[in-house]
Amino acid sequence: MMEPGLYHILFISTALFFIGVYGFFTRRNLVTMLMSIELVLNSVNLNFIAFNKYLWPNRLDGVFFTIFIIAIAAAEAATAIAIIINLYRSHRSIDVENAEEMKY
Amino acid sequence: MNEFLMIMKSEWLITAIIFLLLLIKLGKGMKNGSLLLLVQVLLLLNFITGFFFNKEGSLFDGMYHTSSVIIFQKNILSLGVYLISLLFADWLKKSEHLPEFFILLLSALLGMFFMISSGNLLMFFLSLELATIPVAAMANFDLGKKISSEAAMKMILSSAFSSGILLFGISLVYGATGTISFVTLPTQLNGSTLQILAFVFLFAAFAFKLSIVPFHLWTADVYEGAPMATTAFLSVISKGSIAFIFMSALYKVFGSMNEIWYNMVMILSIATMIIGNLFALRQQNIKRFLAFSSIAQVGFILVGISSSSTEGVSSVVYFVLIYVFSNLAAFAVAASISSQTGKEKVDDYKGLYKTNPFLSWVLALALFSLAGIPPTAGFFGKLFLLTAGASKANYMFITVAALNMIVSLYYYLRVIRAVFMDKNEQPIEKINTDPATKLGLVICGAGIVLTGLLSWIYDYIQSLN
Repeated sequence: MMEPGLYHILFISTALFFIGVYGFFTRRNLVTMLMSIELVLNSVNLNFIAFNKYLWPNRLDGVFFTIFIIAIAAAEAATAIAIIINLYRSHRSIDVENAEEMKY
Repeated sequence: MNEFLMIMKSEWLITAIIFLLLLIKLGKGMKNGSLLLLVQVLLLLNFITGFFFNKEGSLFDGMYHTSSVIIFQKNILSLGVYLISLLFADWLKKSEHLPEFFILLLSALLGMFFMISSGNLLMFFLSLELATIPVAAMANFDLGKKISSEAAMKMILSSAFSSGILLFGISLVYGATGTISFVTLPTQLNGSTLQILAFVFLFAAFAFKLSIVPFHLWTADVYEGAPMATTAFLSVISKGSIAFIFMSALYKVFGSMNEIWYNMVMILSIATMIIGNLFALRQQNIKRFLAFSSIAQVGFILVGISSSSTEGVSSVVYFVLIYVFSNLAAFAVAASISSQTGKEKVDDYKGLYKTNPFLSWVLALALFSLAGIPPTAGFFGKLFLLTAGASKANYMFITVAALNMIVSLYYYLRVIRAVFMDKNEQPIEKINTDPATKLGLVICGAGIVLTGLLSWIYDYIQSLN
């Protein structure tokens, strides 16, 4: 059994990042789009932890950054969900295709 | 202890005002009119004290630092927020949730202060979020309106996505250099591929927030849907603060990668100016028109940033000061017309001069300043930006920027022609502006004229470096 190294973790986190980006661009449901953003943020967390463990084990910046990202992601999700609920009240839908009053 | 209080003075003051408003909200509450007056006085005091008892230094192991340029940048932002509280008095008095609006607005301002002063990528990220999340809530403040919640949705999703990109960039920076401090980071940069990739991610996130062209699509929709006070805050204060930190990050942190980012800034600047101008040409709604014109103005700010010299810093700070006056005045005129008549089309402005000469003159002055026509300050602002950009001897770039100024004249003058020359059977009736709004418009008008004519202002900004 091989020990997982930095490359394995970076592969997973990069894949997670691009899955999140792909989901953000293709999904039409606002809550799913929000979930895609959470995937992006979590891939960053993995990145930080991996770099901290394998490359800079003496510096704790990465671990602390992760904790702050989790807190901020919660704040962002709270605001976004409040906005989505309000959007649902006025549009009766959380599909982005229905929120199209403004176009250029 | 005393030093600790003095260095972070501007942040403490804003925090105190936020807590005062929270207490007022929790207590009996006040009538909107008197509360607005209180907020205006507090913000004026906050702006005035910004010039006294200033102390430079750094705190928290370099996480927070301040210098005379940073203090001046904070003063510009405080001035802008004070003007917003004056100029949008009409809308603010009608608002059902006035204390909450100012709590959100001042929280965002607090985030911007910390962002300008940040000396560490963690601090920078936290303050950037503090500066953007409340603004998304502010965009939703017209709760009953469909377009307001649509604007807020577009704003929160695009800003959350861009902060995801920013964080990915920061994590790569951390992996490549092992540090997130602005002091030790420059010593670790060697231009390796991973570092360039990380830099591109960071750059893209900044471009999102500044609405530089390939990332500008959210701007016009958010500006159109959000309430005018939020739009003005977003387009002036938020843009200004991001431009400041973008500039200092490029110069101080990524200064050694200058050859790499010069070309990026140049190409994006040209694209931003051209696309902003071309889209502004065909807008009928005054808010969307101002949105695209502000995109084009960001292109000009990038010309100044590209110089990477002290002239670049002082010209950008000077331009943002002028931009605060001129853009806020334009938005305020549009806001007082739209809040009383609901008209937002450029065609509706035909014959405005017959009924509202004061508003027409202020609008004309603001648009002349945005276009950069000589007696107004906007001309000097753009002149200094282009001179700073020309120090790199890339004259093609400067020529393209100058040609774009000519294109922009067309659409600014189109509005002025509608206001002063076009005949209209049913022009907008006489607007009763609030005395506070009148005072704000006079300050803006005086600012537009005097900032250009009084040469000591630019000299003062230059002496700060």
